[in-house]
Amino acid sequence: MEKTTTYTKHFFALSVLLVVVFFGNISLGSVSIPLKEVAKALFYLDTEKASWAFIIQDYRLPKALTAIMVGAGLSVCGLLMQTLFRNPLAGPFVLGISSGASLGVALLIMGASGLGGVFAALLLSKWSLVIASSLGSMLVLLAVLAVTVRVKDTMAILIIGLMFGSVTAAVVGVLAYFSPAEQLQQYIFWSFGSLGNNSWEGMLVLSICFLIGIVLSILTIKPLNALLLGENYAKSQGLHIAKSRLLILIATCILAGAITAFAGPIAFIGLAVPHITRQVFTAANHKILIPAVLLSGAVLMLVCDSIAQVPFTDYTLPINAITSLVGAPVVIWLLVRKRKLLF
Amino acid sequence: MSNPENYTLQTNNLSIGYFHKSGNHVVAKDLNFSLKSGELVALVGSNGIGKSTLLRTLCKVQKSIAGDILLNGESLQNYSFESLAETLSVVLTEVPASKNMTVGELVALGRQPYTNWLGTLTQNDITHIMEALRATEMTSFKDRKCYELSDGQLQRALIARALAQDTPIIILDEPTTHLDIYHRASILKLLKTLSKNKTILFSTHEIDLAIQLSDKMVVMTPEKTFFGDPCELIEEGCFSALFPKNLIDFDGETGSFRIVK
Repeated sequence: MEKTTTYTKHFFALSVLLVVVFFGNISLGSVSIPLKEVAKALFYLDTEKASWAFIIQDYRLPKALTAIMVGAGLSVCGLLMQTLFRNPLAGPFVLGISSGASLGVALLIMGASGLGGVFAALLLSKWSLVIASSLGSMLVLLAVLAVTVRVKDTMAILIIGLMFGSVTAAVVGVLAYFSPAEQLQQYIFWSFGSLGNNSWEGMLVLSICFLIGIVLSILTIKPLNALLLGENYAKSQGLHIAKSRLLILIATCILAGAITAFAGPIAFIGLAVPHITRQVFTAANHKILIPAVLLSGAVLMLVCDSIAQVPFTDYTLPINAITSLVGAPVVIWLLVRKRKLLF
Repeated sequence: MSNPENYTLQTNNLSIGYFHKSGNHVVAKDLNFSLKSGELVALVGSNGIGKSTLLRTLCKVQKSIAGDILLNGESLQNYSFESLAETLSVVLTEVPASKNMTVGELVALGRQPYTNWLGTLTQNDITHIMEALRATEMTSFKDRKCYELSDGQLQRALIARALAQDTPIIILDEPTTHLDIYHRASILKLLKTLSKNKTILFSTHEIDLAIQLSDKMVVMTPEKTFFGDPCELIEEGCFSALFPKNLIDFDGETGSFRIVK
């Protein structure tokens, strides 16, 4: 029944792992900084070189915190979607959220080239990218939510989300075809995803969205558990299906929309983390799964980011490629070993 | 509403079916039956006669076309989903969407109408869950995952979930499908035991088993729906009207169907 107590050890181990990975992530980078100095910089004490404090406080710390929010947020989205759509393959992007964000960014980058000159340069500031991708994902999500009001069948909503995704991807394709190479390159760099470009102001916006999304997810724990039985059983237990579904979708939209806006479309984390977590936490109860998925998502994202920055070199690999390289084999391995993905 | 004989589930001239713009499609009409606490009631009829439609209407999943449904003397329309969940629980033909739950977790979900916003179980909830597991002889399977269970065990677990919901009425849609004769009989015996202080209505194709075990029966035939004591219904010849007579016929002496040779 209530197996919360037996997972205390797991949660403790995972929290320790998170702290270790967090410090590991911050101490690794293109500039090698002694661990003692890293710790000093983190507590805002004087470091040997002033530049080290700057690197840690204004670059690595926001990047690590962004990684935590991105990993944790996308993983919770994945869990919510898998339960809502009764489909182990569902992730935060099945509803066309990333496609919507891509459309917004593509319109901005490639559309701005048509305007030319100073105006284009003004449009292409970092904030305009964030706003464009948020608007894009919001647009697709509003369309999906509008459909949800009319369509009662959850599977139909899933398919409609995929269709919206295809349409926006096609529009992006057409835009890309007519764009000059320079703009195309800029768009492709955005689609690689990035955790590093976040300022402290950006962090504030992302944190607010993250907190709202997580609070909403916690409010959906009971409906999510009821939905494990299927919608008809859930209804017979007094659950308002439409209201719960809306709440779950809004939580996903806020989390995935904000994260995609700041970090670009990050693949696979949302799909893979819930499945990896379920290998350790065998409970189906979301009261255990949501915090478990939050922690594991943050750990995995920090690890991926540490790999992506290729320690002690000047190279930074696209984070999106790393998450796919880590995520896809894990899902394949789970399928081969278990032959069945449960949710 | 007057309720002199303490009926828990009553229908008055109920018509069931589907609403269409071009005229409503009535599946069955003039349904009249009154069920009391302590009764095990079987609902029989051929495929497509409207058994599932009737059960769905009784559970407020779909609207009735005409007539009334009374639960404990109160019209079904006046029930909110929350209060209905404390009056009526169901066992459907569908399996749970997630089979990754343990039997204990599955049964615990039956307590949702009573738990707080986070679904925290109180000592009272746990008592009900253990009692439901005991009554269905599923206690030893408490920590088993649903995908590890046989069809018969899963059906018992689903019945335990409905029991944990602690409602005076339980409605089951074909609880004996996919089971062999032994497990069919054991599920029906279980329902018989459970019906001591509840009203249990179940649809089934096991007409001969239902005749032996149930207190009352609702027999849906194309012309008319009968309600009454199984023996009286046999005497009235209701069961012969269930199916076209060119292939099978009902033998009143043995209470079973025979293929016409």
